[in-house]
Amino acid sequence: MSGTFVGMPSFPRAAKEAVHNKTLRDNLRHATHTIRDKRAKAVAELADWAELREAGKQIKDHTLRHLDRYLVQLETRVTEAGGTVHWAADADEANRIVADLVKATGESEVVKVKSMATQEIGLNEALEAEGIAAYETDLAELIVQLGDDRPSHILVPAIHRNRGEIRDIFREKMASWGRAAPHGLSDTPADLAEAARLHLREKFLRAKVGISGANFMVAETGTLVVFESEGNGRMCLTLPETLISVVGIEKVVPTWRDLEVFLQTLPRSSTAERMNPYTSTWTGTTDGDGPRTFHLVLLDNGRTDTLADEVGRQALRCIRCSACLNVCPVYERAGGHAYGSVYPGPIGAILSPQLRGTQSEIDASLPYASSLCGACYEVCPVAIDIPEVLVHLRERVADQGGKGHRLEKAAMKAAGWVLDHPGVLGTGERVASRTRKLHPSKLPGAGAWTRSRELPEMPAEPFRDWWKKNRKPKTDGKKP
Amino acid sequence: MTTDPATDPSAAPGNSSRERILARVRAAVADAPDAPEVTRDYLDTHTPDSAMVDLLAENLADYRAVVHRTDSAGLAELLMRLLAEHGSRTVLVPPGLPPSWLASADPTRIQDREASTAQELDEVDSVVTACAVAIAETGTIVLDGSPDQGRRRISLVPDHHICVVRAPEQVVASVPQAMPRLDPTRPLTWISGPSATSDIELDRVEGVHGPRTLEVVLVED
Repeated sequence: MSGTFVGMPSFPRAAKEAVHNKTLRDNLRHATHTIRDKRAKAVAELADWAELREAGKQIKDHTLRHLDRYLVQLETRVTEAGGTVHWAADADEANRIVADLVKATGESEVVKVKSMATQEIGLNEALEAEGIAAYETDLAELIVQLGDDRPSHILVPAIHRNRGEIRDIFREKMASWGRAAPHGLSDTPADLAEAARLHLREKFLRAKVGISGANFMVAETGTLVVFESEGNGRMCLTLPETLISVVGIEKVVPTWRDLEVFLQTLPRSSTAERMNPYTSTWTGTTDGDGPRTFHLVLLDNGRTDTLADEVGRQALRCIRCSACLNVCPVYERAGGHAYGSVYPGPIGAILSPQLRGTQSEIDASLPYASSLCGACYEVCPVAIDIPEVLVHLRERVADQGGKGHRLEKAAMKAAGWVLDHPGVLGTGERVASRTRKLHPSKLPGAGAWTRSRELPEMPAEPFRDWWKKNRKPKTDGKKP
Repeated sequence: MTTDPATDPSAAPGNSSRERILARVRAAVADAPDAPEVTRDYLDTHTPDSAMVDLLAENLADYRAVVHRTDSAGLAELLMRLLAEHGSRTVLVPPGLPPSWLASADPTRIQDREASTAQELDEVDSVVTACAVAIAETGTIVLDGSPDQGRRRISLVPDHHICVVRAPEQVVASVPQAMPRLDPTRPLTWISGPSATSDIELDRVEGVHGPRTLEVVLVED
């Protein structure tokens, strides 16, 4: 993965900063709670959600098992339809391919559809180094780009910003990138969206090169698919003469029909809508309609390493809906930047260390950025068992050694021993209850956890004692 | 001796990566258990056929499309009225749109030509198209670039889009019912309500880059 986040502190340190930022916490809490409630309603409309989820999981597992076959089939179909396929083993190679393709057109600016893959490889920075300006056209990406900021959410990269902050960014920065913000711009979302419309339209109408990712690629037909809402995607996919799509190899599905599953589960899981406003599909090039030249760059960049891990490979089922972020109590408090990757939240905590390896401090800390509450697994539309992969990656990190993680290993062992010896646990609880008036609000020694949190108050009575006292013994032998 | 990528494809830089990636994929899954065929026991529809058109109208309106219902005899007059109410002086017309639809309309008809630029399309007030299929459960219309729908960009750049749906024959209940009706070799545009964004505090705002006004005319005979 790219150097965008090089030098990031480990998750505990970054999260500690974030939880003390009240604006950030309020923005995040409002946004995540809004979306999770809406999502629950959108999902409840479909009586067969469980079956759709299982089918989505199976389609992805089947594809991953036979990924070589489907990639080759996809390459054949895209080529037959007039496209050109390129293969990139890592970020550097993908960036070089794209930069060369743009240079060959003679252009020095491109418009971009929001894409996780191009963020992952740091494409904008690589193009800038080659003298090519890449304009993000998704509203949230525009906010991030103008604010010289980093994305903090997969679906809504500027989720950490509120309307007042966005207005200030537009007022201060739009003019240096193109059309300035309208005079007296207010902070209502409608006015801010209108300012983005005016600012970007001049870019759309003159752009000769568009760059996108894709949500899916269909092997049997060579069709690429982009889901979006604003129409910026349609602009970039339709108006330029040249279209370059950079897509992770795991995005392929075998058949056209397979899309019927994801067209139902992705919008409801991500934006909590029955359907996103716009979905575009294209198969190579079409005479007289849309780009005349189409290039597909198939990206590995750590995906084959992930595929080789029998527990961790399920992360490659991810369709980037971001439902797991919105239900995660850790994400809600820490924010997306703390994860030090373009993939934040629970899925980021398992995807980033697998794509990048666990050697760096931030990647070694990510498998611990979770309370293992399991909410992420419950909402995942392709049933990725994120807690299972987190535990698996913790073992990997613990095995590779390092200061913090040896401690973690010892703590886990101790906890296991206590839980295996109920007498010890009972005694400990009772001692703790009787001395609770003396407990400090911070725990000395266990700093990382408690520096940013208040300790919960001790109950007046241990649970086991309460249970014995209040539970009426059953005399009829039946279970209650 | 040097190899020339133009004559020897295996010497092109991307090709060594192709072989390397495919080899890595094969090695990665060599010991993986076989993945079973996909079980598709999800529903083909969530809607009784009799309720389809009403549900389409309801779901389109829920995402802020403006819905009108008429019959073939009333279509030309309705389109005239909608264009007049929008104050349109020009209307973009795909090559295969039935001429009778706009027989009563006052605005100047602009034919979409391959040579016309995006800037020229940006000057047009409205566009009228047909569609390939409409999906009731999601409130979606799908355009496939047929002559009565035109190229992708004509339903994108003008700020006002009127789409005519023939009901019930172009209406299906669900996404699974739509898939076999669509040809993936054509460029498809699925539209559910007008352009919208939820990027600011997750408040949904209609209208960003695509048409800010979408009117759907259901023609029932």
